[in-house]
Amino acid sequence: MQEIGQQFLNIEIMLKVWPLLMRGFATTLYLCALTIPLGLIGGLGVALILLSRSRLTRWLVIALVDLFRAAPPLVLLILIYSGLPFAGIRLSPTAAVCLAFFCNTSSYYGEIYRAGIESIGRGQWEAARSTGLNGFETLTFVVLPQAVRNVLPDLVSNTVEVVKLTSIASVVSFPELLYSADMARSVTFNSSPVVLAAIVYLLLLWPLVRLISRLERGVATH
Amino acid sequence: MTAWQRFLETFFKPEMLAQYWPSIAHGVLVTLEIASAVVLTGLSFGLLLAGLRAYRLVPLNIAIVVFVDVFRSLPPLVAILIIYFGLPGVGINLPSFVVLWLVLSLVLTAFAEEIFWAGIISTPKGQWEAARSTGLGFSETLLFVVLPQAVRLGVPPLTNRTIAITKNTALGTVIGVGEILNQATAAQSFSGNATPLMMGAIAYILLFLPVVAVGRWIETRFQWRRA
Repeated sequence: MQEIGQQFLNIEIMLKVWPLLMRGFATTLYLCALTIPLGLIGGLGVALILLSRSRLTRWLVIALVDLFRAAPPLVLLILIYSGLPFAGIRLSPTAAVCLAFFCNTSSYYGEIYRAGIESIGRGQWEAARSTGLNGFETLTFVVLPQAVRNVLPDLVSNTVEVVKLTSIASVVSFPELLYSADMARSVTFNSSPVVLAAIVYLLLLWPLVRLISRLERGVATH
Repeated sequence: MTAWQRFLETFFKPEMLAQYWPSIAHGVLVTLEIASAVVLTGLSFGLLLAGLRAYRLVPLNIAIVVFVDVFRSLPPLVAILIIYFGLPGVGINLPSFVVLWLVLSLVLTAFAEEIFWAGIISTPKGQWEAARSTGLGFSETLLFVVLPQAVRLGVPPLTNRTIAITKNTALGTVIGVGEILNQATAAQSFSGNATPLMMGAIAYILLFLPVVAVGRWIETRFQWRRA
């Protein structure tokens, strides 16, 4: 029992690595601040292109979305991070992470927005157009607000997934929370730093996970 | 050499394709094995936990909710590193593929429990009452009346979630599980050419694209028809 405490919950080690982990945590937050808006905007773009009248455009975007949903994000990241330099394209680690995340998350967000837009009946479009709003105004003021409200639990849930996903940036030595914790682990030969990182992730994401459950219940009972 | 030829040399070099396809194929096999084991254990334990939760035993339900919440908020890679590097320190040595299977199964169990449970509580009360009034016991009602409906309700969200979690088998490369990505990165650093990496990515896409397409179809097919 004491052995387990020593290995996983060594307070002394945790205190020692705390500053390092907090720097990593700041980087994680920075990464989230870059990737979440990128994904939200990219996803909206995907959903809007899917409204296009051209069947070819729609099929192309669906193919691309499915391609990026089929490739594991870590594979995308490594392909971009260590594959592209072979073709003479050298991206900074931040740019590589952002590009890989953009491909992955805008596909997922795009599907969510699409479901939201599809949940709004044709009557809403027609009624809005007949009051004199043009297509753009109808979309921004009538359809999107309702669409977003309908898929809010999914949007929050996907955002939690994106935050969790930032941990894979550690594989390409991006100094975020998990990377810092793993560094500390290999220096101290003790798993407590990674357990501490797990606690930080839990404190950050547990409230959101609870919120999702409540939002989902709310939607289900309507 | 034109740019196109250089592109092919870098990402689709024929000699590399010939040399490394067996190891990539082996990686595909490992990925398939672990992925199917994860799907099997994750979904069955998720269903089991959701069923147990229906009995509303307070201490058990608190334990289930805590377990589910923890594995929904923890990045899987964090759990993998804790278990893989931590357990040997207390005298437990698990092979890396077991660690990968265990962690992904726990994550899928958590998500599946939540989805099945949402299905159970959205089954109308009348269904329970009608089944009980025909003489079925609580467990029989749960098993033969409520769960079949809850499972059906859960199929679309569960499909997407299951795909997302099985794709995480790629995380195994970090602890040296010989799955596709691991084979590909090893071959890439041996050969100094990006072809194996491209092969790995294509292998993943060939493996998962049909599943994603089926998921898309299921989403429309299994949509609960609202009256």
